[in-house]
Amino acid sequence: MTSLTNRKTQVERKPMTAMEKLYLPAIIKGMGITFSHMFKKNPTINYPEQVRPFSSVFRGLHILNRDEEGRERCTACGLCAVACPAEAITMEAAERQTGEEHLYREEKYAAKYEVNMLRCIFCGLCEEACPKDAVYLSQTFAPANFGRQGFIYKKEDLLIPNPVTDPEGFAKAKGSIPQAK
Amino acid sequence: MAEEKKLFKVTIDNISVDVEPGTTILMAARKIGGDVVPPAMCFYSKLQGSGGKCRTCLVRVAAGSTADPRPMPKLVASCRTAVMDGMVVENITNPAVLEARKGVVEFLLLNHPLDCPVCDQAGECDLQDLSYGHGDAGTRYEFKRRTFERIDIGPYIQLHMTRCILCYRCVYTADQVAGQREHGVLDRGDHAQIATYIQKSLESPMIGNVIDVCPVGALTDRTFRFKNRVWFTKPVDAHRDCPHCKGKTRLWMRGDHVLRVTARKDQWGEVEEWICNECRFEKKKVSDWVIEGPTQVDRHSVINAGHYTNAVKPNEFFTKVLDGRKPKLLLDIHTVSDVNKVDLNLLPGPATGATFNGNPQATGNNTTDVKKGAGKNLAGTDSTNPNTP
Repeated sequence: MTSLTNRKTQVERKPMTAMEKLYLPAIIKGMGITFSHMFKKNPTINYPEQVRPFSSVFRGLHILNRDEEGRERCTACGLCAVACPAEAITMEAAERQTGEEHLYREEKYAAKYEVNMLRCIFCGLCEEACPKDAVYLSQTFAPANFGRQGFIYKKEDLLIPNPVTDPEGFAKAKGSIPQAK
Repeated sequence: MAEEKKLFKVTIDNISVDVEPGTTILMAARKIGGDVVPPAMCFYSKLQGSGGKCRTCLVRVAAGSTADPRPMPKLVASCRTAVMDGMVVENITNPAVLEARKGVVEFLLLNHPLDCPVCDQAGECDLQDLSYGHGDAGTRYEFKRRTFERIDIGPYIQLHMTRCILCYRCVYTADQVAGQREHGVLDRGDHAQIATYIQKSLESPMIGNVIDVCPVGALTDRTFRFKNRVWFTKPVDAHRDCPHCKGKTRLWMRGDHVLRVTARKDQWGEVEEWICNECRFEKKKVSDWVIEGPTQVDRHSVINAGHYTNAVKPNEFFTKVLDGRKPKLLLDIHTVSDVNKVDLNLLPGPATGATFNGNPQATGNNTTDVKKGAGKNLAGTDSTNPNTP
C-alpha cells in the first residue's frame, strides 16, 4: 500500500544501547529544556491583578449611556430589541413627567431595561441599531456567577455612572480600562 | 339593449389597464398594483375630496389621450387627475418623477421632528415608509423647525402638531365619518396647524378614526401612548357586536393583553371599516372580543419581526427523565425579570415612573404641556395665541 504522505518513517525496533539504558543523558537533556524556560519571558499574566488591553472594538457587557448632563439617553424605542438576534433585550417605556427633565433626555424613557446575558451573543447589533447613542458594548465581560439569576442585567446594572456626580466612574466606564465588576 | 360602458385604456409604466371613465390615475395604478402605484400621503380613497395636497403621487403624463397625444407640460398629481382614453403615464420609469418625489419628501420632512424613537406611529408610519423608499438620506434645511406644544384633544386622542404634514385627512374624516367637525386647519403657510380653535375636545363617537387616517404620528391614541412599540405587539383580527359600528377591528396584542385596537387596514394602508370610539378605546380585554385569527402581515414588514406562527413548543421531558423530580438548575425568567409585571393595557394613559414603582394605576397627565384646545406654536405666531404680535 502506498503511503498518503511522504513523511512516513519506519519505526525501528532495535534493542537499546548501553548508553540509552542509563536514561540519565535523556533526563538531563529534558530537564535542560525545562530549566531554560525559567529564563524566558513569562507568557501568562496574573489575572485579575493584571489585565491585558482589549481591542478597541471588543464587545463586552452592555452599558446604557448618559449625555453630558447626566440624563439617560435611552428612549425605549425598541430598535435594539428588534435587532437582537438572540432576543435578549426587553424593556418597558414610561413618560417623562414634569420635574424629571434632568433625569431623562427625551419625553419617553425606559423605565425597565433588561439584558439577558445568558441569551446575549455579544454581536453588537443593538449598538448598531441604537439611534440615540444609548447602548454601547463595553470592554468588560460578564463575570462568573454561581446562579443564573445574576445574568439578568437590569437597568441599575447597565447604567453608566453619572458624569456630573461621579465623573471618575463615568470616565472609567467609558474609557478602555478593563475592570472587574 | 343594455348600453355597454366604455372603458378607458390607460398605460402606466408600460402596463395597460382598462378602467371606467372618471377614475384617477392613482386608482388605475392601484388596479394594476405592485411597484407602479405612486405613494400617497394625503389621498384617501374613502374620503371625498381628499388628495392633491402632499404632491408625493406626482407622475408624468407622456400622452394625454388618443385624441390629443401631447404630453402634459408639468408633472401632475395622480390622485386628482382623471384618466383619458389612451393616456400614457410614467411613474417609476421616469427619472424626473423620482427626482421630483425626492424633493417632495424633503419638503414634507422640513418641519418634521424625526422623533421616530419616541413616536408611537413608528413602524406603521406612512411618512417613515415614504422617506425610506423615496427620500434622500440627508436634509439641506438649516433653520429652526416649527414646533408646537403637545395637546390632548379629548380624553383619548393626543395631537402632536409638530409632526403634522397638513394632509387634511383628519379634517375630512371628522366631516364625513364622525359627522361633526370640531377641529380644522387654522392659519396659513408655515403657521398652519390642526386645532380645535376654542378649547373644544372632539366628542363625536366616531372621532377615533382620525388616528387611523393620520399618515404620521400627529394624532395618536392616548390609551396606547408609550405602552409598547408597534412591532412588539401582535396584530389579531377580532370582532364584537357593537351598536355603533360594524365592530370589525384589529387587536394589537402582547401576550394576553390587548394594548391597542385599530380598524383593519387594507394593502394601501386605508381603513376597511370605520370603528367607533367604544370599540377602539374602551374594550381592552380579550373577553370583549371574538378573535378570528392572526392578521396576515407582509413578511418584510417590521411588524412581522420576531413573530412566530405555527411555533411548536417542545415537550417538557425533564421530570420524566428525572423520575418525577423537578430540575434544580433551570431558570424561570419570570421569577427574575422585572418586565411585564404591570398590566399596562387597562391604563387610560401613558405609564410613568410611578407606575413601575409601587403605584400601578399611575398615568402621565402632561399637566404642564397641555393647553386645552388649541396648542400654541412655540414661535407664538398663530391666531389662537392671545399674545400674537
